[in-house]
Amino acid sequence: MKTFGIVIFPGSNCEYDAAAGVTQLGAEARFVWHSQTDLTGLDGIILPGGFAHGDYLRPGALARFSPVMNAVADFARDGGPVLGICNGFQVLTEAGLLAGALQKNRGLTFLCQNTTLIVESTRSVLTSGAHKGQELVVPINHFSGAYTCDDETFAALVANDQIILRYKDNPNGSRADIAGICNEAGNVVGLMPHPERAMSTLLGSADGRVLLESFVSARVGAH
Amino acid sequence: MNYYVIVDVTLREGIADPEGSTIERALPALGFTGVSHVHAGKSFRFDVEADDEGAALEKANALGERLLSNPVIENAVARIGERGKG
Repeated sequence: MKTFGIVIFPGSNCEYDAAAGVTQLGAEARFVWHSQTDLTGLDGIILPGGFAHGDYLRPGALARFSPVMNAVADFARDGGPVLGICNGFQVLTEAGLLAGALQKNRGLTFLCQNTTLIVESTRSVLTSGAHKGQELVVPINHFSGAYTCDDETFAALVANDQIILRYKDNPNGSRADIAGICNEAGNVVGLMPHPERAMSTLLGSADGRVLLESFVSARVGAH
Repeated sequence: MNYYVIVDVTLREGIADPEGSTIERALPALGFTGVSHVHAGKSFRFDVEADDEGAALEKANALGERLLSNPVIENAVARIGERGKG
């Protein structure tokens, strides 16, 4: 059975949702406290949503210096699947594992609503089981979710097919409707929407399953 | 010797500033006219132990870039401040 590490920073609050998502798909979830530096035996890492270190300074700015992040960077460099959801996405950009930055929403309001996502690329560990153009209803829950980057970075994202998910109806002012991106290799992914909260139609949507299923079935070093 | 340093963090040119523009839009309703190009930012104040001002600023700029700002969207600039006057 595969085991996924779910990193808990002080202030994380979606770790149980992420663990539930992973275990529903037949894998095991293991919580990893942010001061840990040993990730051996794990098949993938999830940085969950929340407010790591109180989001002080900027979301993700202090979490990036948590001891676990060096281990996460090594894990990612070795091709291990790494998924940052919401605050986890912000941490990955601050850590330089993903390009760009997440800014305050254009309307300066906290957004908590369902969004329709369009799968833009299937080359990442999060979208490999979906098909290009597929529409997925997945909720967002954030204040700083407007994806921002300079023109050079944007051109590279497009050229390397790193934009994996776009909003159908841009809720937050993200550049080019970007909801999620991956690194060049496709093994590190970040998205603002919460696929782990879209695992059952009873709770509104099961469209997150195809994303987490892709992630859970990704092979370490496969990309 | 201790130097009192202020680091201003502002959004880089061309990066959307929803806070600044919201403040700017609110001003006319309060009777403030003729105010434009409002930008929101942050400032940090601290003491730096260094041999001279140049060394203090160098250290402050380095930590401004490494931690206080996100260079993808922000600039951080350090200056020597006057204690009690901002």
